[in-house]
Amino acid sequence: MNIVVCIKQTFDTEAKIALNSEGKIDSSGVNLIINPYDEFAIEEGIRLKEQLGGEVTVITLGGERGQEALRTALAMGADKGILVSDPSLQEVDEWSAAEILARALKEVPFDIVLAGRIAIDDGSSQVAVRLAEKLEIPSISSVLKLEVDNGQATVVREIDGGTETLESPLPLMITAQKGLNEPRYPSVAGIMKAKRKPITTMSLSDLGLSESEVAPRMITESYTLPEPREGGRKIPGEAADAARELARLLREEAKVI
Amino acid sequence: MAAGIWVFIEQQKGQIRKVSLELLSEGRKGADQLGVKLGAVILGEGIQGLAEQVASYGADEIYLADDSQLANYTTGAYTSVLASLIREREPQAFLLGNTAIGKDLAPRLAQRLGVGLASDCTGMEIDSEKIFKFKRPVYAGKAFAHVGSIVQPVMATIRPNTFPLAEPNPDHKAEVIPVQAEIGPEDLRVVLKDLVLAVSERPELTDANIIISGGRGMKGPENFAILEECADVIGAAVGASRAAVDSGWREHKFQVGQTGKTVSPTLYIACGISGAIQHLAGMSSSKYIVAINRDPEANIFNVADYGIVGDLFEVVPVLTEEFKKLVNQ
Repeated sequence: MNIVVCIKQTFDTEAKIALNSEGKIDSSGVNLIINPYDEFAIEEGIRLKEQLGGEVTVITLGGERGQEALRTALAMGADKGILVSDPSLQEVDEWSAAEILARALKEVPFDIVLAGRIAIDDGSSQVAVRLAEKLEIPSISSVLKLEVDNGQATVVREIDGGTETLESPLPLMITAQKGLNEPRYPSVAGIMKAKRKPITTMSLSDLGLSESEVAPRMITESYTLPEPREGGRKIPGEAADAARELARLLREEAKVI
Repeated sequence: MAAGIWVFIEQQKGQIRKVSLELLSEGRKGADQLGVKLGAVILGEGIQGLAEQVASYGADEIYLADDSQLANYTTGAYTSVLASLIREREPQAFLLGNTAIGKDLAPRLAQRLGVGLASDCTGMEIDSEKIFKFKRPVYAGKAFAHVGSIVQPVMATIRPNTFPLAEPNPDHKAEVIPVQAEIGPEDLRVVLKDLVLAVSERPELTDANIIISGGRGMKGPENFAILEECADVIGAAVGASRAAVDSGWREHKFQVGQTGKTVSPTLYIACGISGAIQHLAGMSSSKYIVAINRDPEANIFNVADYGIVGDLFEVVPVLTEEFKKLVNQ
């Protein structure tokens, strides 16, 4: 069983967001983590390997520090890593990312590809689904349960207001939702082993791509920060009186009840 | 003549999602501004009857693909039908709701068409050069990206509750254009075996106009009953903070925050929620925020329009009684 997991390195969920002098998101001094939803994907990949045998390849697109994310995944139990990194890749949209990752996976055999259902930084939920299209395989989003048997996957996924059970042949793309599993922490032995596991770094030219071929289709023109919300009034009085006053304000002032 | 602005009409069992009607309402304004037609696309089985409602929200043309193979949403079949139709008719923009289906369908379709996609947008503008500009929250709303597409069709998924619903006009008529669904075997690789819809009278969290949420201060799963009772009086959804979900009190699908759902209701009532940055990221775009918390220093009061420092177990039941009186007036 050849398993590929796509991961992204993101800011810590506790990170405060500021803009730098160029008006871009300031990443200096920010703690980086593996996107939490991608951890579910890594864990599921390792569990599939433990159950069915095979190999887990973890791939990421990003800066040099992407190495750290790959090492963590290797320490959890993945077998090898691919870092696609190129200083010329300043502006990447979801279309470019899918094009680049598909090219990087051209020589990598896979029966199943896993990714998180959303990255908590840009929050676009696009790249995995786009990559499946580019790889010409079906995809199932927001997966809560996955069983693979005899080249066939049975999948439970979250939809609005319920769940669906789906069956699909392999190869298949799965995007992981919280609830799929509990990701393990890397063990000390795992961390030691990970140091000897291979990470291949690839640039755009290694992939036979030029910067202009993967120029973004969606242009980010600027970033802004939300207007800080003003804390409003606290309603004084005993609980019951305050509750009555709140109901009145919601009806008469805010007009929302 | 340009082929207009199109809206994807999401329906399940003949019920149109509210966000689709919101998109028609806003799409109508955009089509008028550009002097183009507003198109609507409906896929499903036995959906002819939906055309009238879609027309009343301003659609000029309704593309209707009625086929048993489209009865339930599947990524493959829906993508193929839409891709052929868009290639043939070349709309300048295609808008979808940022729902479970929209999030699954739009990226696949955009990749097939070789175009960009602005996801989960909370704002849309058409500038004087007729360029579509979108505002989308990043870092779960800690910042906004302002994006524009250089290729057509311009595609975007829009967060529910972003645009107000227009008054439907029953006299507005649309041309209904039947669409032949051409679906190949490769579109049907994924087979739906079972669909379980939770039986709930409450609105979906991301659709809801009002949300009442509980956090650590709820002290246990059984106490969410008081929020549910209040919610049912005012037609609200019930949400939860990460602390409540991680404690096993509520399912993850009810979690509001950076690792849960991002919501923007008209009214968000936070009960026993301290206001961690993780949670604020998911709800601070709500129009009005109410905080009920025993700790006067709780961070949630910094973003709340109305706050009550007090015991939620005393406040919420009285609030429920007051709401009952108001809605029965």
